[in-house]
Amino acid sequence: MKISIEWLREWIDSPWDARELGSRLTMCGFELEAMDEASLELNVTPNRGDAMSVLGIAREVAALSGKPLTGPSMDAVSAQSKDVLPVWLDAPSACPKFVGRMVRGVNNRAATPAWMRDRLKSAGVRSISPLVDVTNYVLLELGQPMHVYDLSKLQGGITVRTARAQEPVKLLDGRTVESAPDMLLITDEAGAVGVAGIMGGERTAVAESTTDIFLEVAYFSPEAILGRARKLGLQTDASQRFERGVDPALQERAMERATALILEIAGGKAGPVQVTQSEERLPKRPQVSLRRTQLKRLLGVAIDPARVTKTLTSLGMRVTENSTGWDATPPSHRFDISIEADLVEEVARIVGYEAIPEAHALIPQRFRELSSSKPNERSVLEALAARGYQEAITLAFVDPALQARLFPQHNGLALANPIASDLAVMRVSLWPGLLRAALENQRRQQDRLRLFEHGRRFVPEEIDTLAGVVWGARWPEQWGASKEMRTPADFFDVQADLEALADFTFEPAGLSCLHPGRAARVKRAGDEVGWLGELHPGLVDELGFTYAPVLFELDYERALRIVRPAYEAFSRFPQVRRDLALVIDEAVSFSALRERVLLASPIRPQDCLLFDVYRGPGVETGRKSVALGLIFQDISRTLMDEEIDGAVAAIVAELRAGLNAKIRE
Amino acid sequence: MQNLAQQALADIGAATDLAALDEARVRWLGKKGLLTEQLKSLKDVAAAERPAAGQRINEAKQQVQAALDERRVALESAAVEHKLAAGRIDVTSPGRGEQRGGLHPVTQARLRIETLFRAAGFDVAEGPEIEDDFHNFGALNIPPNHPARAMQDTFYFPDGRVLRTHTSPVQIRAMLARGAPLAVIAPGRVYRCDSDVTHSPMFHQVEGLMVDENISFANMKAILHGFVQAFFERDLDMRLRPSYFPFTEPSAEVDMSCVFCSGKGCRICKETGWLEIAGCGMVHPNVLSAAKVDAERYTGYAFGMGIDRLAMLRYGVSDLRLFFESDLRFLRQFQAY
Repeated sequence: MKISIEWLREWIDSPWDARELGSRLTMCGFELEAMDEASLELNVTPNRGDAMSVLGIAREVAALSGKPLTGPSMDAVSAQSKDVLPVWLDAPSACPKFVGRMVRGVNNRAATPAWMRDRLKSAGVRSISPLVDVTNYVLLELGQPMHVYDLSKLQGGITVRTARAQEPVKLLDGRTVESAPDMLLITDEAGAVGVAGIMGGERTAVAESTTDIFLEVAYFSPEAILGRARKLGLQTDASQRFERGVDPALQERAMERATALILEIAGGKAGPVQVTQSEERLPKRPQVSLRRTQLKRLLGVAIDPARVTKTLTSLGMRVTENSTGWDATPPSHRFDISIEADLVEEVARIVGYEAIPEAHALIPQRFRELSSSKPNERSVLEALAARGYQEAITLAFVDPALQARLFPQHNGLALANPIASDLAVMRVSLWPGLLRAALENQRRQQDRLRLFEHGRRFVPEEIDTLAGVVWGARWPEQWGASKEMRTPADFFDVQADLEALADFTFEPAGLSCLHPGRAARVKRAGDEVGWLGELHPGLVDELGFTYAPVLFELDYERALRIVRPAYEAFSRFPQVRRDLALVIDEAVSFSALRERVLLASPIRPQDCLLFDVYRGPGVETGRKSVALGLIFQDISRTLMDEEIDGAVAAIVAELRAGLNAKIRE
Repeated sequence: MQNLAQQALADIGAATDLAALDEARVRWLGKKGLLTEQLKSLKDVAAAERPAAGQRINEAKQQVQAALDERRVALESAAVEHKLAAGRIDVTSPGRGEQRGGLHPVTQARLRIETLFRAAGFDVAEGPEIEDDFHNFGALNIPPNHPARAMQDTFYFPDGRVLRTHTSPVQIRAMLARGAPLAVIAPGRVYRCDSDVTHSPMFHQVEGLMVDENISFANMKAILHGFVQAFFERDLDMRLRPSYFPFTEPSAEVDMSCVFCSGKGCRICKETGWLEIAGCGMVHPNVLSAAKVDAERYTGYAFGMGIDRLAMLRYGVSDLRLFFESDLRFLRQFQAY
């Protein structure tokens, strides 16, 4: 909010220059956002509707400086006629007070004086006509919104009532809006003439030719105005103030001020001030108690009691001291003060937060949980970083089209008010964001990429997820890499990265966005904890990848939980290795082969390594040659050659019989 | 004899490798070597002269043996030198294999924040990113239509739930789950429908909450100032300005002296010398009550900071949106070792 420095001076003779004033106001809760020669731009927080005026800021400066408020005289303008317009308050809770006044014979073609134009301008308001300028002036000066009706266009008296369903109102800005049933309307016999506290209607608006007017200065309760302007797609100076709370004692004073200014600029004869109100429905400011002990306890420092009394009094409160502290009744404009903590804040912000020392809380020394199964986030992320992965953070809402293409079986939660149509649904996987990031980097001429992200996916429950995408050569371009390391990374490269994180197993499985022959369910101790696979070739082309990306996604907590290692005795006897080369059907998986080997052997091999796989000349189509390294070792003795020969023979027999294996000599 | 020895020495000197040297040894000192033959021929020498002649031959043999040994050492070391020279590599060329990746700068800042607060006695808590109205607004003293709801542009779901607009709902969850006293921080993603140079629709906050029987504003000042100094590893000034949040009373904005100009005033701090880094305040009694904490017995402070903003200041990043564009040219700059 812009405050004219010269205007403020009329209200308070502060001891400070503009810069100092800005800094004092900043340190009492009204942050100086900008300033020029004529004005200060202050940020007024939404709880301080009372400070959205020259008067309001002057009151703060008075409390800070101890100087008295000055301000222009606001003597009553005596009535020169007895003309009144009947006013009915049909919704007295929403509008408990309506002050009206007729003025006849004004000249709205008169020129607004330069001093008023200047002040309006310094507050960022354009001069329009004397009548409009005066209402704006009073709003800026006192914080009281008001409205002027062309009396000749009003039909009958004024009724303030709640809107009927979809009741149309044609507003000053030319738009016709449908009012909602929780809106408050100002009406005459012909219908709505304005939305209360937000904007007047076009039908009764003043024009240059207007001569007779009816002035409205009302109090609308914040509850009756809150949110309504936004619903209409509006935010007006009036609605801003009524939403935050206008002083319910201000209306008569504002009316006198406005009348005096209108008569001075545009002439005319005023009627009597008509106050229509439901006094019991006007907000009361209840007395609030402040305990000395609580003041000290909350702030951590004792404040001199005399200073407290003086501070609260300087803010317009009625203060009495008692044995435990103070009783304070806030002034009618302070809507924000209703509990003890509010008074603590008032004292603290006027005394100054800088007066409160820094003091460390004394808290008990205690050990906190150090779970041995919860993944250590830093270790997990660092392990991937050490293997060449760069961490990314992508948005949690993604393009619904891309997500549906990847996961047709999942419906992402849709946002009611997305920021863009391609950021409209919550991600069911981190892959849409990571694939998008990979594509962007491909477009930016990167030749390879390893990205991971740790964040939630929404299926629809939130699951902490670790996912990654690998695209392009296994190794970066370099002088010493074999040709093989400069070919695109595949399933097995990324599998090794996962195996570096935990002891996973991998089972063939299908996911529609993955290559049907290159996808695996990732399991940990039998639990399904994630997916690993190559992007489906159809999607590789459709999305425009130059190589097929490999993707992984893990349920962070379950996949990466730490299993505390437990020591096992190891063999100190020699180990014997026997290699087997065999040709088997392509369909036989390594895990199936390994299982048979381990089961068939009378002495359980320590390990069964896969050290070569060959397909091509010399091996029939549909078959593959594999080489296994069998490691035999006993925990308690040296194994005899004959025992091992027997074991190998048993394994060979089982593989021949069970898997139709041909042993290569 | 002297002549013969001279010939042997010349022969040894002419050997350019170990094989040639060995041939020379056999030629002169072998079983049938020329000097060995000389010893054999001693029997033909007159008995009186035999000792002297024998001594001359032995001296010659020793001389030749010494030369052989010396030459062997020289040739061996030359061979080693040669092998080493041939095996020389360029140690300045880059290493072979994968290059290191790195953690996102926001993650690095978050882990740093977590480490610092854990050391100061805080636990790290979490909460859902899709929140209900109660936790995101109601329990935080923000009733429907409250102007503070307009301060935070909220993403809604059709069922009325929201993407949390701040990490403050974790305050409520932590108090309901653990009760008082407690000290927690809650880092995480938050969402607002807003996007420009300084706003992203998704960003990161860390919430802090300490509740005990006598927690004061002075305690809050101490922890925030201590944190700022520890996070930036600099002796920075801090000031608190009165402000307004529905869930705290009194409330404050936290400014620290500008890290770019040390408080002298620059473009980054809009010539004020201060940078706003957090909001904070004493937990509103209504919030304590909503979280089933006895508001008469306990007091507490809460604060909320932008992790992205702290990361921007720490690493000198000027555009928030860079954090979420996953551009390798950006991300690679933060490979902290």
